[in-house]
Amino acid sequence: MAEPVIEIRGLSKTYESGFKALENVDLDIKRGEIFALLGPNGAGKTTLINILCGIVNPTGGSARAGGFDVIREFRAAREKIGLVPQELTVEPFTKVWSTVAFSRGLFGKPKNNAHIERVLKDLSLWDKRKNATRELSGGMKRRVMIAKALSHEPEILFLDEPTAGVDVELRRSMWNVVRGLREHGVTIVLTTHYLEEAEQMADRIGVIQNGEIRLVDETAALMTQLGEKRLAVVLAEPLERVPDALADYDLRLAEEGRRLVYTYNAATGTTGVKQLFHDLDAAGVAFVDVDTEQSSLEEIFVNLVGADR
Amino acid sequence: MNWRAIQTLYISEMARTGRTLGQSVISPVISTCLYFVVFGSAIGSRISEVQGVSYGAFIVPGLIMLSLMTQGISNASFAIYFPKFIGTVYELLSAPVSFVEIVTSYVGAAATKSAMLGLIILATSTLFVSIHIAHPVWMVVFLVLTSITFALFGFIIGIWADNFEKLTVIPLLIVTPLTFLGGTFYSLDMLPPFWQKVTLINPVVYLVSGFRWSFYNTADVSVGLSLLMVCLFLSVCIGVVAWIFKTGYRLKS
Repeated sequence: MAEPVIEIRGLSKTYESGFKALENVDLDIKRGEIFALLGPNGAGKTTLINILCGIVNPTGGSARAGGFDVIREFRAAREKIGLVPQELTVEPFTKVWSTVAFSRGLFGKPKNNAHIERVLKDLSLWDKRKNATRELSGGMKRRVMIAKALSHEPEILFLDEPTAGVDVELRRSMWNVVRGLREHGVTIVLTTHYLEEAEQMADRIGVIQNGEIRLVDETAALMTQLGEKRLAVVLAEPLERVPDALADYDLRLAEEGRRLVYTYNAATGTTGVKQLFHDLDAAGVAFVDVDTEQSSLEEIFVNLVGADR
Repeated sequence: MNWRAIQTLYISEMARTGRTLGQSVISPVISTCLYFVVFGSAIGSRISEVQGVSYGAFIVPGLIMLSLMTQGISNASFAIYFPKFIGTVYELLSAPVSFVEIVTSYVGAAATKSAMLGLIILATSTLFVSIHIAHPVWMVVFLVLTSITFALFGFIIGIWADNFEKLTVIPLLIVTPLTFLGGTFYSLDMLPPFWQKVTLINPVVYLVSGFRWSFYNTADVSVGLSLLMVCLFLSVCIGVVAWIFKTGYRLKS
């Protein structure tokens, strides 16, 4: 295992309202990985990131980023961190170039126009560099925020819900940028409540709920565990019972015998779907349509934490 | 110290003045000119000399102080309130800077602006009256200290305010009355004896009196006391700002 670039120990946060956003969180994030914090709204994802970045004060525990305590050695720790928060907030009156250059200076880095030019070009912002940020579309503003976070060449990049309200094209180009960053050794921590997003992007996924980390695992391993899919075969004629010839498939009938439901795991490689269709034909079962359904995040949470909910 | 951050923040704050030239420089100059026209020329011509100087010249130091205070407060309070309001304050809080850097740059920029404005008003006033500055060094000391003090005060208001109303309520309800009743337009001995005593609890009296002394060598209260009071306000403001950043009041949850 590579050395952790972020070490979180016993981190807790109770807001003044009494709301417990984080409870005793332990988490290690490896250098150079893409780590997805997956959880429903209000799970504590943003609080966790904000504590690491210095925006929220923790009420207990400690955290280190790049080997430095985020509170006692905040200067050294924060120099290594870039943050793209969830809300679209950019200073409206400054030009794209100046606001990105401003961020670099604020983080104490000497002027480097070549770097800023590269960042703007990577994010397709170069043509807009002389525009005031208020003239940009929402997606472009999001890019400006990413450019600001990358202006000081951070080792760790936090992306809080990076694809909220972002169109498909921008999402794709953003993921390309993120992958490119990882190739340069940048550690990326992103939060999302979309399982697909975590699956596509992350090397490892941490599932967080009610302020507690429920599970941390390699994406592939987690998907095997969670990648249950259901295939519903819509029958031409309702069946009374599952034909004996199909007993091996562990099928069940639904909607008064009008559907046959097959449960399988998409992440294991062989799904058996092809064979099932063949055997359905052989058994003389006629069908008119098929429907597949993946476990939703909510179902996954029920599976994961079902015992204590 | 992250000097580069201070420099960056300071320059970006000063650049904001450039973008809002009308609001930050022209409008205070125009309003000062109006004071001169009304109080200096129109009414002032009917008023005999005050403390040995013509009334028009007498009000110059007070008018400059008035601008230093109101503009210092409005510049600094808006400068820190605006990022809070639109949310860009996240960047400031997540940057490798401590409160020392943040305050130095924001208050430094706001104080620079009001000091510059004070000098512009001084220059403007020479178009209307002839000005003689008896103690130029002390004039600059009072100018700088007052600018910093009220920029700090404005910074505190900007942190405290969580809506636009709060941003304007203290300048409107407290600072403006205090400046008008602080001897800008009159000498204290023009007041009835009872009010002469009452007015001494107004901190602005000491600032205006000290500043006027640096011009005309005449003062309502002793210069030492004026200087002491300026330093006292400055220390109180620094103390409050230090507390704000120590606790994260209205900035961090």
